[in-house]
Amino acid sequence: MLVPSLVLRNAIRHKLRTGLTVVGIIVAITAFGLLRTIVSAWYAGVDASSSARLISRNAISLVFPLPINYPPKMRQVEGVSAVTYANWFGGVYITEGNFFPQFAVDAPTYFEIFPEFILKADEKKAFLVDRKGAVVGRKLADKFGWKIGDQIPIRGTIFTGIWTFTLRAIYDGVDSKVDETQFFFHWQFLNETVKARFARRADQVGFAIVQIRDPSQAAEVSQRIDETFHNSLAETRTETEKAFQLGFVAMTEAILLAIEAVSFVVIVIIMAVMANTMAMTARERYGEYATLKALGFSNGFVALLVFLESLGIALVGGALGILLTFPLAEAFGAQMGTLFPVFSVSRETVLMQAAAAVLVGVVAAGVPAWRAARVRIVDGLRAVA
Amino acid sequence: MVAIPFSYIARNLLARKLTTVLTAGGMALVVYVFATVLMLAAGLRETLVATGQPDNVIAIRKGAQTEVQSGILRSSASIVESLPDIATGEDGRKLISMEPVVLINLPKRGTDKPSNVVIRGVSDAGLVLRPQVKIVEGRMFRPGTSEIVAGRAIASGFRGAGIGETLRFAQRDWTVVGVFDAGRTGFNSEIWGDSEQLLQAFRRVGFSALIFRLADAGRYDAVKAEIEGDQRLTLEVKRESQFYADQSEGLAKFISYLGTTISVIFSIGAIIGAMITMYASVASRTGEIGTLRALGFSRASILYAFLGESLLLGLVGGVLGLAGASAMQAFPISTTNFQTFAEIAFTFTLTPSIVAMSLGFSVFMGFIGGFLPAARAARMKIVDALRAA
Repeated sequence: MLVPSLVLRNAIRHKLRTGLTVVGIIVAITAFGLLRTIVSAWYAGVDASSSARLISRNAISLVFPLPINYPPKMRQVEGVSAVTYANWFGGVYITEGNFFPQFAVDAPTYFEIFPEFILKADEKKAFLVDRKGAVVGRKLADKFGWKIGDQIPIRGTIFTGIWTFTLRAIYDGVDSKVDETQFFFHWQFLNETVKARFARRADQVGFAIVQIRDPSQAAEVSQRIDETFHNSLAETRTETEKAFQLGFVAMTEAILLAIEAVSFVVIVIIMAVMANTMAMTARERYGEYATLKALGFSNGFVALLVFLESLGIALVGGALGILLTFPLAEAFGAQMGTLFPVFSVSRETVLMQAAAAVLVGVVAAGVPAWRAARVRIVDGLRAVA
Repeated sequence: MVAIPFSYIARNLLARKLTTVLTAGGMALVVYVFATVLMLAAGLRETLVATGQPDNVIAIRKGAQTEVQSGILRSSASIVESLPDIATGEDGRKLISMEPVVLINLPKRGTDKPSNVVIRGVSDAGLVLRPQVKIVEGRMFRPGTSEIVAGRAIASGFRGAGIGETLRFAQRDWTVVGVFDAGRTGFNSEIWGDSEQLLQAFRRVGFSALIFRLADAGRYDAVKAEIEGDQRLTLEVKRESQFYADQSEGLAKFISYLGTTISVIFSIGAIIGAMITMYASVASRTGEIGTLRALGFSRASILYAFLGESLLLGLVGGVLGLAGASAMQAFPISTTNFQTFAEIAFTFTLTPSIVAMSLGFSVFMGFIGGFLPAARAARMKIVDALRAA
């Protein structure tokens, strides 16, 4: 029982210094956790994707549409069990700052293929029969205080004009990974209006979502679909939903890498602070270390004392930092609103935080422990006198 | 009041090298993060602001925020072209470029990950309107052919976009016959081809944007009012420089907000480091402080001496961090601007205001970290301090 109590007493000898160091570690570990959570929020769409779904779109780029006769043709491809389609609407609600994604979808089939969006049966029915109806996610409805029956005006940037929808249903996600900030309305409504106003752009869909029977056949089915439309005016590029979502992540990869790099910088900063604390502590105690050695304790024992003290401080700071991450992440996620639809601290993040705290404790103790172990009894005792 | 000599302050930092290095190192990292993030935002802004020529005017469809979302019928384009205010070029034709702008999905070199690249159709007038665009390799595309030229960042960053290579899109093979350099502008991240050829290949009937120059730049407001008020047109008119500056706002703001928040949080760690160092510095020199006071130095002199030591520590960290950050200028960065959904290449740009802000930030960290310890040193009673020694 000697070692733990000795370490504890050493650690609280300089209350102010230890306190400041712990606060520093809390800040660093919390910041690290938040940054990792931001990075994983970026991958939310990827995590939520289903391996049984493929996304098929125009091979040139997403800006180009597919003809409306493509989805039925895709349905006939071997291995396909269902097809639905959607258009990116890109509208603005009141101001540009209120960004949320809007999709014109083929309502009857869309929610069959995306079972993770849960709608109440009566609301869903009301939506299906109202051509100008809309479905929104719970988080989005809460943000703007929308209730069933509200009129929602949206200014189109791709399809110009003011479009007014009636809120008919609010969906909930099946779990916390589902994006609850989307806005859906009837593709048929969009198409009718487009046909009347800019006829050339009618009867086109932005992309198709293909459900396949066997997820292990994804590559083959994708190829079959693309071959079907090979050399046509609108060649397709079909990939798994995951690959499609990863494509979006990859576009902003540079920013993502920067955030990841920065999250490690904070660990290095706190390592320097902690190493400084331990170096000072050890320097002040050379005399004590010499005394211990004179009493017969080994060099290793002295080094162990420094290590345990450093590790202890780092772990206390780390644990508090991890605890603090959860409420902070929640507050931050609420602040960010629809920018990060899914924002929760993952298990991996917590594990990485714990690992970082251990690493800080161990690395910071390195040089001081080595110095303490090498103190010669004579020199150390002389320092006291 | 007699001030304690600066050399005393500076020598104290040298007395315990490991501690000084660790503390200044922590602050240097914070300043490094702070400065690089601001440089990133500044680089992006500068690139997009430089893209637009101040005397060029751009018209896009009302409500469309970017060229890619816009669509302008030929009939509308002709109405604008016939306005008497538009300047006439050397060849006697109106200085107006009617440009289709679309995105194509290309794989990046090395990673093969696809990203969206802007492809723009231009005419002779379009080249006259952008004097900053220079062919640096190969030659310009010939009008009426499936030839294209690629911006420098695209030629080096994307597969198939180098000189002599071909890209396949819209059922055609397009040969890259030249590489152009447009200085530090957004055009470096674009591919240019013949306007009419691209319209046909993509089966578009309308252009995306009209770019023109006014014969009399002072008539801008009148022309803007005339076009926007014309019942036959649904167009929005902006100065080209303003148009591109607006496109940098979203991403630049995001980067600088995120970066400043991160730096402020990180600085707490560094400030605590400085505080620990300075408290230790005060504690180990209690006897010295007593002696200095006994010699006649005032409390204020002691306060300034320790505060000065801490500020110096911050400044050393600031200079180191800034030196590291300025080295980042050598690395170009390329990412998707989510406002335009297209790839944009830019560089970290160090501006005088960023230098000032970073050094100010580092000195501020030193001040906050050193104030309490310095105050403690100044409050010591002479007798107690001498006895403690």
